[in-house]
Amino acid sequence: MKLLEVRDLTTAFMTGRGEVNAIEEVSFSLEEGQILGIVGESGSGKSVTALTVMGLLPRPPARIAAGQVLFGGRDLTKLSEREMQAVRGPGISMIFQEPMTSLNPVFSIGDQIMETIAAHERLPQAELRRRAIAMLDKVGIPSAARRLDDYPHQMSGGQRQRVMIAMALACNPKLLIADEPTTALDVTIQAQILDLLMDLRDEFGMGIVIITHNMGVIAETADRVMVMYAGRVIEEAPVATIFDRPLHPYTRGLLECVPSLTEDRARLVAIPGTLPEPARRPPGCRFAPRCLHAEPACGTAIPLLETLEPAHSAACFRARELASP
Amino acid sequence: MSDVADAEGIALKREHPARATLRRLFRHRLFVTGLFLFAIVAGIGIAAPWITTVDPQRLSMRNKFLPPGEAWVFGTDNFGRSLWARVVWGAQLSMIIGASVVALNAVFGTLIGAAAGYFRKLDNALMRVNDALMAFPAILLAIAVTSVLGPSTLNVILALSIVYIPRTARIVRSSVIVLREMEYVQAAVAAGAGHWRILRHHILPNAMAPMIVQLSFLFAYAVLSEATLSFLGVGAVPPTPTWGNIMAEGRDFMREAPWIITIPGVALMITVMGLNLLGDGLRDVLDPRLRIQQ
Amino acid sequence: MTTPLVSATGLTKVFEVGSSGLFGLRKPASLRAVDEVSLTINAGETLGLVGESGCGKSTLGRLLLRLIEPTAGRIAFDGSDITGLGRSAMRAVRRSMQIVFQDPYGALNPRMSVEDIIAEPLLIHGAKPGAETRRKVTEMLGKVGLPARALDRFPHEFSGGQRQRIGIARALVLHPRLIVCDEAVSALDVSVQAQIVNLLQDLQREMGLTYLFIAHDLSVVRHISDRVAVMYLGKVVEIADKRTIYSAPLHPYTRALIAAVPAQHPAQRSRGRRERIAGDIPSALNPPSGCRFHTRCPHVMAVCRERAPVLTEPAPGHQVACHLIEAPQA
Repeated sequence: MKLLEVRDLTTAFMTGRGEVNAIEEVSFSLEEGQILGIVGESGSGKSVTALTVMGLLPRPPARIAAGQVLFGGRDLTKLSEREMQAVRGPGISMIFQEPMTSLNPVFSIGDQIMETIAAHERLPQAELRRRAIAMLDKVGIPSAARRLDDYPHQMSGGQRQRVMIAMALACNPKLLIADEPTTALDVTIQAQILDLLMDLRDEFGMGIVIITHNMGVIAETADRVMVMYAGRVIEEAPVATIFDRPLHPYTRGLLECVPSLTEDRARLVAIPGTLPEPARRPPGCRFAPRCLHAEPACGTAIPLLETLEPAHSAACFRARELASP
Repeated sequence: MSDVADAEGIALKREHPARATLRRLFRHRLFVTGLFLFAIVAGIGIAAPWITTVDPQRLSMRNKFLPPGEAWVFGTDNFGRSLWARVVWGAQLSMIIGASVVALNAVFGTLIGAAAGYFRKLDNALMRVNDALMAFPAILLAIAVTSVLGPSTLNVILALSIVYIPRTARIVRSSVIVLREMEYVQAAVAAGAGHWRILRHHILPNAMAPMIVQLSFLFAYAVLSEATLSFLGVGAVPPTPTWGNIMAEGRDFMREAPWIITIPGVALMITVMGLNLLGDGLRDVLDPRLRIQQ
Repeated sequence: MTTPLVSATGLTKVFEVGSSGLFGLRKPASLRAVDEVSLTINAGETLGLVGESGCGKSTLGRLLLRLIEPTAGRIAFDGSDITGLGRSAMRAVRRSMQIVFQDPYGALNPRMSVEDIIAEPLLIHGAKPGAETRRKVTEMLGKVGLPARALDRFPHEFSGGQRQRIGIARALVLHPRLIVCDEAVSALDVSVQAQIVNLLQDLQREMGLTYLFIAHDLSVVRHISDRVAVMYLGKVVEIADKRTIYSAPLHPYTRALIAAVPAQHPAQRSRGRRERIAGDIPSALNPPSGCRFHTRCPHVMAVCRERAPVLTEPAPGHQVACHLIEAPQA
């Protein structure tokens, strides 16, 4: 059963230079209990994809130009803001990169968690409090009952991210979107938070979308992976396949340019050139100007996502040819 | 080398940043409106000797309380003086006072603010004096200073500068404190640059934007405060034609000759509104925090 | 035998934080950002410096360049003590030591053209504006892989990676010997990060540079460094040759740090298999007594809470500060 299905989603932004598509024809789906990793660099559109699904982009300047977001039998792009509010929380919830600014500094963390629950369920105060303590306990805050009345500034960055996760899970969402959840954290804390997300997935069975620029985070957590570049999905496959047999030259480049923790390499394999700004994307394949395998055709037409192997699709004219040895 | 930067990544169309700022300014509707209003008042002030025919202080009791009309554009006052001449010369005086206060603030506000912000050792001493001056309500302090110095145009300029320089200095100081920690300043220190070079090349040019915005508002405050001081009788000595003086005299004849107090009031309003719009426009374009959001 | 280009002895920096009160009456708290650090950087090598936020690695880098004045300790550069040098004497030394920053946006003055930015160090050290300076700037620009037409452009016209190249050109234009790279590639996208890492390595070979490479990304540090130093809450806890430190780390913190790096392949997922350290990094304002790592250490002993371990050398070139290592010798 599909938990979330996104079809041909195109989100445009009004800018000083006219309308620019932040993401184009993005399609993907997610099963219950599955973790989908969306990986991409700056300007890839990975965060815009998440915010469009959540209905959190300010409109205008943003506009959903085409496509559907199907969740629980409804197209979320057609819902009013009020209807969308009922979906956020018990349906889909989200955690962000910056746990410092995502919490309100003037309310205690307990108040913020209880408020989230109270927005969707009518419960007596004592019950709200009990639920908030249980949630803090679940996300690994020690002596949760005592910390409930603490304020965000009294907690460390890692603890604040745990509180954010507690808030996001307070209404038992079916889908959790985590946008760069560990980017602002130190590596030992990152490992703790990733473990926590996996544990909670096992316990509650919700689907998770993890958005990251870090292939390591993908390797640690994802079941399926979707690679984005300059607003388009360029490859999608199960996680082991992406790492073992990447089909798109960009995915291959992304894997090769990360230095190894165990092997010596004389030189890194860098991808030449610069990421295109959304308003200055090249015609044709967005990656063509940086691609070592580009042909003249790549500069004129946009390659579409094509299923090349079972459960493995890529958007590259030469993928088949380059994959064969 | 295989991995030289993609030269295509550099924009082909190029424009000097100062030019780009000017282009954005002149596309900003509020700024252009404000500039237009202010330019009218300033132009009238500058052209005063050529666009008035009578001495603004010449009495003519025969012609007193004439309403605005063909012979007297703005009418006459209780002494039969041409209100047109008085308001036009008043505009000139307002411009002189505003420009002088702004100039003194630009020089001394920057000096004090930059010194306090850049040299940590001076900060405490300079800012405590500043705080003491800022503790008084602006207009009361200005009145106090002019009562000590005596009423005159020069003393009004001095009083308003003493009142506003601490405020300007504080704004400069806060930008300098932020800029002092920028990595490009650290890079200049690492390259061996001295204090003077760092201030001149790296800190002051980047502190200019918020100061220019502040100075445009300050011009408005200065014009307004000068009118207030004259109105209260502690500004330029009557019969010097200032808007405050004209309004103070017109106050007694509000019923018989409402134009005497209304016309300089409207002139004051146009000036202040123009400057505020101008300042808002400058702030929108120059303030980098807003620019990022665009 | 390698000769040290830089050596620090007992280097300490204490920051006084918090407001000093109206008349300086309230006692400010002190933060020991760097606490009695001694290390050397050999000529021509890259010393990697890793640690998590608040460990003092950036402060240490700036102390070595004397961008920050040390509270205690000595710094020697090329055999001579530079700790007490006055402004003008220090200026001459600055020719030989430069820094590359993390933030490609904040590191370049937005109101200066690329030419002015790169020429500035030359002008500070006595060059006159003109054809010769312009030639040197253009040559440097070419070395970092930017075309000469970039000269009259302004920073906002460049991407993050290109700005970082400009920052590198500014640091190298005086032909210094030591470069402190303070998280120089951390803010870049991975595909661009690899370009800059390669560029730094090419320039090191070409110009005979010595690097102090400060970063929190352990795999980048392993790639670029010859030796690696690990810091925790102001202290260096371990220094060794990079292969040794990544394959046979001795300090429990180094081990935990390496274990926390995400897998490079889904088959090596670490969850439930690798040693995890619990808890958060304590505040540097109120560090734990004794060994600063004892609150999170899986092997904590009674002595760790009381006495801070000193840096010992269990094997040649491998230094570590841990009671577990000290104990057998005692």
